[in-house]
Amino acid sequence: MLEIVIRIALLCCSLAMLGLIYRVIKGPTVPDRVIALDAIGVNLVAVTALICIVLKSSAFLEIILLIGILAFIGTVAFAKYLEKGVIIERDNHR
Amino acid sequence: MSLLHLVIILPLLFSILMIFFKRVQRVHTGWFVLPLPILLFIYFLSLLPVTSSRETVTEAINWIPSLGINFTAKADGLGLLFALLITGIGALVVFYSIYYLDKAKEKLPSFYVYLLLFMGAMLGVVLSDNLIVMYAFWELTSFSSFLLIGYWYDREASRYGAQKSMLITVFGGLAMLGGIILLYIMTGTFSITEIVGNSDQLYQHSLFIPSMLCILLGAFTKSAQFPFYIWLPDAMEAPTPVSAYLHSATMVKAGIYLVARFTPVFGESGFWFWLVGGVGLITLTWGSVFAVKQTDLKGILAFSTVSQLGLIMSLLGVGSAALHYEALDDNIFLVATSAAIFHLINHATFKGSLFMAVGMIDHETGTRDIRKLGGLMPFMPITFTVSIIGAFSMAGLPPFNGFLSKEMFFTGMVRVTEMDIFNLGTWGILFPVIAWIASVFTFLYSMILIFKTFTGNYQPEKLDKKPHEAPLGMLIPPVILVSLVIIFGFFPNLLSDSLISPAMAAVLPSLIGTGEEFMVHISFWHGINIELFMTLGVVVLGIILYRTLPKWKGVYKKIPERFSLFRFYDRLLESSQSGSYRLTSSYMTGSIHSYLVYIFAFFIFILAATLIGQDAFKLDTVNVSSIGIYEWVLALFVVAGSISILFVKSRMTAIILLGAVGYTVSLFYVLFRAPDLALTQLVIETISVALFLVCFYHLPKLRQYETRIRFKLTNALISVGVGAIVTVIALSAHSNKLFDSISQFYVENTYEKAAGQNMVNVILVDFRGFDTLFEITVLAIASLGIYGMIKLRGNGRKEG
Repeated sequence: MLEIVIRIALLCCSLAMLGLIYRVIKGPTVPDRVIALDAIGVNLVAVTALICIVLKSSAFLEIILLIGILAFIGTVAFAKYLEKGVIIERDNHR
Repeated sequence: MSLLHLVIILPLLFSILMIFFKRVQRVHTGWFVLPLPILLFIYFLSLLPVTSSRETVTEAINWIPSLGINFTAKADGLGLLFALLITGIGALVVFYSIYYLDKAKEKLPSFYVYLLLFMGAMLGVVLSDNLIVMYAFWELTSFSSFLLIGYWYDREASRYGAQKSMLITVFGGLAMLGGIILLYIMTGTFSITEIVGNSDQLYQHSLFIPSMLCILLGAFTKSAQFPFYIWLPDAMEAPTPVSAYLHSATMVKAGIYLVARFTPVFGESGFWFWLVGGVGLITLTWGSVFAVKQTDLKGILAFSTVSQLGLIMSLLGVGSAALHYEALDDNIFLVATSAAIFHLINHATFKGSLFMAVGMIDHETGTRDIRKLGGLMPFMPITFTVSIIGAFSMAGLPPFNGFLSKEMFFTGMVRVTEMDIFNLGTWGILFPVIAWIASVFTFLYSMILIFKTFTGNYQPEKLDKKPHEAPLGMLIPPVILVSLVIIFGFFPNLLSDSLISPAMAAVLPSLIGTGEEFMVHISFWHGINIELFMTLGVVVLGIILYRTLPKWKGVYKKIPERFSLFRFYDRLLESSQSGSYRLTSSYMTGSIHSYLVYIFAFFIFILAATLIGQDAFKLDTVNVSSIGIYEWVLALFVVAGSISILFVKSRMTAIILLGAVGYTVSLFYVLFRAPDLALTQLVIETISVALFLVCFYHLPKLRQYETRIRFKLTNALISVGVGAIVTVIALSAHSNKLFDSISQFYVENTYEKAAGQNMVNVILVDFRGFDTLFEITVLAIASLGIYGMIKLRGNGRKEG
């Protein structure tokens, strides 16, 4: 039973990721793509968690955390880049 | 170190001492050099009784014994003859150069350093028994001759001549080294004596002909044989003492020495007879014909040297036929070899004196052009006497030594017609006929040399200086040489027992048993025979041709340019230069794209060739695990992402797609149960995408327009090829797995021995910690490099 549920969940995630990737490729503006990418990150979290269950292993739980952090940092960096043109601003007090 | 070794090394050691004589300004440096060749000459004279009783002096020093290379010095008849020529004429040339070269104007120490280097090298060539040592000295002669030809290095023509002679003689020298190595492969020794001793077995060997050709190439280039004679006329830019020493008496005879030395090894082959004899004859005729055309006195002498060397070479070739007629007593073909050795001595004497005479004319009138010279007899009577004796001897007139050797030359050539070997047949008649024609031209240019210079109209307006007789010191060496011409002419048997017979014993050792001797008897008058009539014909026709010279000399203007090998050499040099430049610029385009195309094309080619050649492709599905749905989906993502990178229009999209592919790869790691790899991959992927974005942002404004990657068929083919070949190799490698993995050890021992449960980390820091150390180093270098590139960017421009 659980296996079938997991299969269905993974399928849904994959379809969602396909749609998101279509948006990444097609996305008329850069922010569209960045948001799609962020959503892919979230999907990756879900996929990883599901695979953990499939593999019956707890070794990948760190990866879930890491993806979360990275997706956040990456999106913030992108956003800052799109807003200001730079990611790390120069220290003006020097 | 024995005395014989010391004698060879002494000139080389002495040349080092020259730096001390730089300080002495008052005395001409040549005076310090002069005693050395005289002492050496006396030493070699003291060896004469040894060699004339058919003994040899052999001394050995180990140099590289493990390779069979030892400095073995051996003085036999042939080596001693050359050593006497080198030191004797060397002493005279040093004496002459003392008066020829000005103390204040010339860089004397360098001149004598080069000359001593050359003398030692030349002694080394003729007295070495080990082929590698001989080759080393051989190249030293090429090198020192290069220095001597380019002595006046501020002149364009000197540099050109030096370069030309260097290229040609070193080319031949390298060919000779190849021949030596082939000989070593055949016999297993570098010692000439041992090779000669084992020469019977060589004829059947498949390397016999290649090694012979290589060694002959060395001999022909050094001795200025056809078609390699072209460096010698250009080497006339050297100071006259150098021309007299190197380009008449010693260096150009190194090739003759080599041929004579290898006659016992190769002489029994028909190729040797035809090559040495034939090339000698061609050189003889060619050189004598073109000598007539020259207007520069040294040019005439250069071509005459070429021609006379061809004469000696052809005699050596013909003389090798004597090996086929066993009986010593009535072997009428021996005369060719004795004539070659006799003419070798004679040529050194008269050509040395002629060069010195020409040097005096140049020194006292300021020109060597025969169109400007004429009527010098009243001004320079002694020079005239010297020249006329030298030239008459060269032309082969009695009573000088040239007459005797020319008669012997004719005898040797006429006897070729009686030979019944090497498919000679009726072709044998060509030898005396060509030889006779060449002798007519020899006579002709000898006459031009004398009579255009010393008789006729005196043209003072064309001369820079008022001509007068040369100083006494300059006259002494040529006078000694011409007196030798006369002495050898009247008493040729002085030489026959002491020098020629032992030298022949070295050239044709298989023909005489122990205790026997070659009976060389040179008679002045040997009755009325065909040789006498040939000489008479030479004189008569030569005089007729000389008288009618202005009428037919126009012929030369038409023929030579077309056949000139000088032009051919220049064109060859030019076209090889421009050709290699074109070749280099055709593939060294400077664009990384084409280099990558070469690298990948070669990669595909070599791997495909190996796979097909070794028949290594194999597809084995025994060990393959089943592919689940997750793998299919992930693979689909990776492939879709990778392919769409190629077709997207914007760079930004490409970078994002790259990130997506990287993330999917990390998902693969998750699926294949590699948590550490997945962690690292995620972080690294994020950072590198960020770095790509940084690069993207900093692209120059002009190029910022965004285009799709253009399609090129080569690129597509190569990328598909690389992908296919790597796939095929991966499949074959997997199918060809020969033994199990060693990972079982790690599984068992990770906790037992290393106290860890994470096997990947234990391998990284414990079992294989060294790799990690240097990966850390790589990262440190990369970060330092980036810091350096960013920080020091502006400084270089400002300071530099």
